[in-house]
Amino acid sequence: MSRKLLLEHINVPGINTLEVYRQKGGYRAVEKALKTLTPEEVVEEVKKSGLRGRGGAGFPTGMKWSFLAKPEGVARYLVCNADESEPGTFKDRYLMTYIPHALIEGMIVSSFALGAKVSYIYVRGEMMPQIRILEKAIAEAKAAGWLGKNILGTGYDLELYVQPGGGAYICGEETALLESLEGKRGNPRIKPPFPAIAGLYGCPTVVNNVESIAAVVPIINDGGDEYAKIGIGRSTGTKLISASGNLVKPGVYEIELGLPVEEFIYSDEYCGGIANGKRLKATVAGGSSVPVLPANLTLKLANGEPRLMSYESLSEGGFATGTMLGSGGFIAFDEDQCIVRNTWNFSRFYHHESCGQCSPCREGTGWMEKILHKIEHGHGTMDDVDLLWDVQRKIEGNTICPLGDAAAWPVASAIRHFRDEFEWHIKEPVKSQSQNYGLANYATPIEKAPVTEEK
Amino acid sequence: MLKVEEQTPVTFSSELLAKFDEIKSRYPEGKQKSALLPLLHLVQAEFLWVPTSAMDQVAAYLNIQPIEVYEVATFYTMYFLKPQGKYALEVCRTGPCCLVGAEKILSHLEDKLGVKEGEVTPDGLFSFRGVECLAACGFGPVLQISPEYTFYENLTTESVDKLIEDLKNK
Repeated sequence: MSRKLLLEHINVPGINTLEVYRQKGGYRAVEKALKTLTPEEVVEEVKKSGLRGRGGAGFPTGMKWSFLAKPEGVARYLVCNADESEPGTFKDRYLMTYIPHALIEGMIVSSFALGAKVSYIYVRGEMMPQIRILEKAIAEAKAAGWLGKNILGTGYDLELYVQPGGGAYICGEETALLESLEGKRGNPRIKPPFPAIAGLYGCPTVVNNVESIAAVVPIINDGGDEYAKIGIGRSTGTKLISASGNLVKPGVYEIELGLPVEEFIYSDEYCGGIANGKRLKATVAGGSSVPVLPANLTLKLANGEPRLMSYESLSEGGFATGTMLGSGGFIAFDEDQCIVRNTWNFSRFYHHESCGQCSPCREGTGWMEKILHKIEHGHGTMDDVDLLWDVQRKIEGNTICPLGDAAAWPVASAIRHFRDEFEWHIKEPVKSQSQNYGLANYATPIEKAPVTEEK
Repeated sequence: MLKVEEQTPVTFSSELLAKFDEIKSRYPEGKQKSALLPLLHLVQAEFLWVPTSAMDQVAAYLNIQPIEVYEVATFYTMYFLKPQGKYALEVCRTGPCCLVGAEKILSHLEDKLGVKEGEVTPDGLFSFRGVECLAACGFGPVLQISPEYTFYENLTTESVDKLIEDLKNK
């Protein structure tokens, strides 16, 4: 069994209550931080831990914290990004549902480190049950003196509020989230200035994912150095992986970073293999935005070495033969799934969710959806595949926020690795309506894509 | 006034306004506009949709222009700008749920309820629509029912039938 830091007590009855959470050692991190550490020391521990943003970007959390501007007399804010909307990702919902106090404890410690007196948890509006759970847990914590004025007699004050979203994927982008929290449409802001300088209400603000904030608790309890010993290389600690698709046991798993992908898919400790005895065709390893990979490149790197669940190993080979860890939304496709249909589905999603600010994204996502719809429904021509490639290239890198890239990458990777399947839909317009292509006859990459660093 | 649907003006109860006050107190002085999204959710929970007259009253309450409310209400997908069924069913239609049969659930609902996506059944009880990812991909297919947003996982056509019957008999 691998080490669990976040989900260790997930199966303890009543762990959603303050009483049981306390019995299992909860709120020790608050006591330790507020009573024995300075805010700077807390930031230092998080830096030492090597924790990287768990929302998808993978940016070092401690470094993000250290960028926060601290002008005299200006409020600072910590905002938790609980707008979990990336298709394939459902770990934050799980954490908030079953161990809400882990997030609240992390929020208190993190707010203390950043000097925030008011913090918000921005939860996507559809998660009304989770909002009710969090509000109840916050009331419990406040009644017990973990929130409010003069916490533990240390003189530190903190108010914590839950803010519902309104149903918009784009609000997972941090500046769109801040706009939404200010009561506006979720249109991402042009950066710079970054939120660390001018965020919520123009004040210095840090926005962190639920899992990142919850991870601060074990980091403070055990020390940043201890946390950094878990994992592999620059991928330290544990990560929640949301496993979905055609798996025997889909669900949320906490893994130590560095676990071989093959073990994750096939071992009984994790997903237990592909459902109904079928074979694996492809995976999307880190949420719908990251490149889809065929089974062979999922399990092994291009050089034949095993691929691992880590930031580095998953992106090994760049976009030509690799993908990204992203948010840890691991989607598995069995041999009967249609790559064209799924790519069309994802494109419809991005078209639906584009905020409409930037023309390449607003128009391009619609084009991609239409072309893919045409191919999937047996009306495609060979030119369409090239047109699709052309459109996605013109979106990537040409928008204010990464939604454009996120819409382009799944399309690009599907064509890169499964071009045969697209062409089969075009050559066999009738047959492709009643049957699937089956396991991939993996195409040779049509271009050597430049290595794109995780942003 | 935003013309979305013929409608009679609604009135806010004192209980609803008390909830408004509590939410408004969560933000710094002068930043009351932050309360807009939560307030619209409260309005929708009360009236099952967001009528224009309610948006105008929310604007007046927050001391902002009506257009600032309209632009938000039309941007976010959760706010219903026309009346829905008493139970508004929202089925996830995004990739991972489709891998495990979401499309079948949507077409089954259409047959079962006898209305198309977005329409309300003649008895006023049900409406349904496909929505984008609900962040429960490992437990798909899933649907949620507003205004409470109760959540149903691992759907089959049989479990959907049972759910509909249970709601009818409620």
